[in-house]
Amino acid sequence: MIGDSSVFDTLVGGYWIPLVMKAAAVLVVFLVVPLAVGYMEHKVLAHMQARLGPMEAGAFHGWAQLVADGVKFIQKEDVVPAAADPGVFSLAPAVVLIPYIVTLVAIPFGPRLYALDLDVGVFFVLAMSSVGVIGILMAGWASANKFSLIGALRAAAQLIAYELPLVLVAAAVVMQAGSMSLLQITEAQSHYWNIVYPWQLVGFVIFMMAAVAELTRPPFDMPIADSEIIFGAYTEYTGLKFAFFLLSEYGGIVVMSAVASVLYLGGYQPLPGLAIIPGFLWMFGKIFALSFVIIWLRATFPRLREDQLQRFAWVGLTPLALALILVTSVYKVGV
Amino acid sequence: METQLHEGFGQGLVKGLSVTLRTMLHRSVTVQYPHVRPDLPARSRGVIALKQENCTVCYKCSRECPDWCIYIDAHKETHEPAGGGRARSAKILDRFAIDYALCMYCGICVEACPFDALFWSREFDYAEYDIHELTHEKERLEEWTYTVLPPPPLEEGAEAPEEASA
Repeated sequence: MIGDSSVFDTLVGGYWIPLVMKAAAVLVVFLVVPLAVGYMEHKVLAHMQARLGPMEAGAFHGWAQLVADGVKFIQKEDVVPAAADPGVFSLAPAVVLIPYIVTLVAIPFGPRLYALDLDVGVFFVLAMSSVGVIGILMAGWASANKFSLIGALRAAAQLIAYELPLVLVAAAVVMQAGSMSLLQITEAQSHYWNIVYPWQLVGFVIFMMAAVAELTRPPFDMPIADSEIIFGAYTEYTGLKFAFFLLSEYGGIVVMSAVASVLYLGGYQPLPGLAIIPGFLWMFGKIFALSFVIIWLRATFPRLREDQLQRFAWVGLTPLALALILVTSVYKVGV
Repeated sequence: METQLHEGFGQGLVKGLSVTLRTMLHRSVTVQYPHVRPDLPARSRGVIALKQENCTVCYKCSRECPDWCIYIDAHKETHEPAGGGRARSAKILDRFAIDYALCMYCGICVEACPFDALFWSREFDYAEYDIHELTHEKERLEEWTYTVLPPPPLEEGAEAPEEASA
């Protein structure tokens, strides 16, 4: 399996046609899966609050609610504040959104179903998922609004604080698999998923917490704490630009769930005895399961205070992640 | 602090997660209103119906009404009794209207009516585009009587109603 090229390369020869196909496939996945996760958030949040959620759009249980929302956003007036820096203001949503699309390129959905098998896969994915915060900083600064600026700075501080444990636990996985390629990491889990090792289970929990914090999702949503700073960096945004920020939030959930699936849940590897189900279904199943957990956390926990948030990362998660690397290296050398 | 001492680390977090999960797995009680009619109790205060033939034009309801939303017009007619003697007079109801734009659904008129001419009906969806349409004249109030439900049976062991013996 390893060393085989992507299905896109073997299907048709040449350079440009597979490239366009890969780009199209990545774009389709990015446009469809986050919408499905967004719909899941509507429904799961609703039912966890003993409501029904959207029921009208699209006739069957409101499945078209996000499509309807998108149509609504397109119709809205595109307001740019008079004091804003229009160029940076308009560029910011793209800077937030595009890195998540790019991240999807490196994620394998099956043994041969991937766009790119990067040697530095983990590094690339984590680096790309951090680019978005530059867009948030751009949005916050260009909005010329104090709430936006505070929100953006909080987002940046949060990213710095939580990127550290995220990278450290990912490094522990890389050490165990002996490769940074996401495909190799998945293949290394063909017998045991990483999560069965107790220290990697701890790593998984840290990774998910840090991922939720990076996505500024509740309970770590200080940067958009609506009761304090309205909607943080997105306060001044309307219409399609605002929709891009929302899409990037759901895209972020998908990307982070996908990365966590690859690092800890064996990616496209099936459970023993269930290999008859194709790999990409396992991958999507794991993505949706982890997305559900992220939504579940939002429905359950109240927002942390800004200082609690920082303290939790620097005093709690980072030392734990460092200890994890130590344990992993002992295991790697000893066994 | 007390509860923190008794509970283990993270126990509260797990408890919270289980609450939301259990709520999600329970069936939601939401009624999809425009598609499904709500099953309201028989004595719901939706609209007040008028049984014209029971009305004696005593004006008690309109006098008791706190916000004067009941309009009553009547005239007096006299009838010569067949066997001779003093003419009998009767009040004839010309207009009976309730302005539901004013009505605050207190039900005092229903309570005050001495002859069972006013009843609560549980119908509630009679919104109009024009506020004047909310003044229901006696013909419309009469129609509401067809939607009045019999009172629900008394609970077991309840005292018998006073008028039941009559």
